[in-house]
Amino acid sequence: MAILDKHKILETNATLLLICSFLVVTIGGIVQIAPLFWLENTIEDVEGVRPYTPLEMAGREIYIREGCYVCHSQMIRPMRDEVERYGHYSLAAESKYDHPFQWGSKRTGPDLARVGGRYSDDWHVDHLRDPQAVVPESVMPKYGFLENRMIEGEYMGDIMAANAVVGVPYTAEMIENAQSDFLAQADPDSDYDGLLERYGEEGVNVRNFDGQPGVSEADALIAYLQMLGTLVDFSAFTPDASR
Amino acid sequence: MTNKSKKFEGDPNTTGHSWDGIEEFDNPMPRWWLWVFYATIIWGVGYTIAYPAWPGVSSATAGLVGWSSRADVVEEIQIAEERLAPINAKLEAAELTQIAADEELNSYATSAGAAVFKTFCAQCHGSGAAGGVGYPNLLDNDWLWGGDIENIYLTVKHGIRNEEDDDARYSEMPAFGELLEKEEIEQVVNYVMSLSGDPVDASLVDAGAVVYEDNCSACHMENGTGDREQGAPNLVDALWLYGGDYASIKETVTYSRYGVMPSWSYRDRLSEAQIRAVSSYVHQLGGGE
Repeated sequence: MAILDKHKILETNATLLLICSFLVVTIGGIVQIAPLFWLENTIEDVEGVRPYTPLEMAGREIYIREGCYVCHSQMIRPMRDEVERYGHYSLAAESKYDHPFQWGSKRTGPDLARVGGRYSDDWHVDHLRDPQAVVPESVMPKYGFLENRMIEGEYMGDIMAANAVVGVPYTAEMIENAQSDFLAQADPDSDYDGLLERYGEEGVNVRNFDGQPGVSEADALIAYLQMLGTLVDFSAFTPDASR
Repeated sequence: MTNKSKKFEGDPNTTGHSWDGIEEFDNPMPRWWLWVFYATIIWGVGYTIAYPAWPGVSSATAGLVGWSSRADVVEEIQIAEERLAPINAKLEAAELTQIAADEELNSYATSAGAAVFKTFCAQCHGSGAAGGVGYPNLLDNDWLWGGDIENIYLTVKHGIRNEEDDDARYSEMPAFGELLEKEEIEQVVNYVMSLSGDPVDASLVDAGAVVYEDNCSACHMENGTGDREQGAPNLVDALWLYGGDYASIKETVTYSRYGVMPSWSYRDRLSEAQIRAVSSYVHQLGGGE
């Protein structure tokens, strides 16, 4: 066949083969990825979703650093067993400010997409310190050292600025006040009005999460865990079933 | 090519390529393989027509069979709910105190409640409900807020000291480290220990009784039996949520404790029937009143 004879030109010309391979992959990539940016059903607008507060963002960084995503997913699939155990299935909008998203690919531990509010802060402290003390059958390692690692949040503004570059709607004001908001959220005795003004009255937990003075990595991680999946009120919101 | 290899009778044609005298047979693909290959291509095209696939201007094609994972799960849950609807309706309509008397309802409530307990409660209260330090044991008859089914139901429904539910049970012991002298705390700890056993230093008990009378008896009662209306624990039964040794009690008095339980009715975490079921389950574990 004539076309197969032409193929010999590609096979014997490495540069041409490379260019043509690249073109083919590019077309495939555009077809798969580009429509996601304009199709309405991939960018469902959901009320309540907000960017992470600086303290939650720090907790998220710790979550990623410690590799929590290796054993925990954050993605409740639309299946009856998952919905009954974990809560309403996850919406794309709920992780739209995640860079990168933490959907995960394997569950050695349970899904954490809606873990927020399901346990007390004390439980999280006990559980991070010694998971087997509260769940004897657990195989999770101990993370008690997080309580001893104090953080000041001096780089949170930089992290938020980086997120703003990729589309998270952090305002200049949020970035400017990153460190003070970071410290305020873990201290209920502080003046946290600015934090609530910037991130919303509802759905921002201001507590001393680890029960100890100062802000530790445990404070940040628990602040993050306690807000996971709590932003959308599913008792008042029914997603479009056809999506 | 000087050393031409011998071609055997019956060998297929070569591709015509030759590298250092090595040639390549041009064997055709097995027929069955080829047809499967073509069939998968046709299947693939059909699949994108039947299921959501091709991007358009504002949405992708919906597919001829109208499949949607969201619609699927809604339907699946609906089927399960319809199957349970009659018994759940009966459970929701029943007087809480009457559930145990109805054999069918009780059997449903306790087994459904056991499943709810293992999914949502076991993380704190333990899979056997024996609790732990800071997490109440639900097997014994020591109850902070009451152990009859109505009180258990209220506790499950609204939780304790959470920020989610305005009806959550709420009480807070002051951190006496800020209110009492160090000596007074040591005295009252010894007095509290003497109520259920042996104090560490018997000489401080009498002084501790005075401190107790002035600071503790309003909630824990004169005789130390506690007050369930306020969630104030019984101090004479030798059962301790946070430990009954000297150091633990001293820590409790100095810094206070603040155990939190989530509200299970908040944003429909659990349905009314599930809350009633798990309350029935907990009520019949052994300590129910």
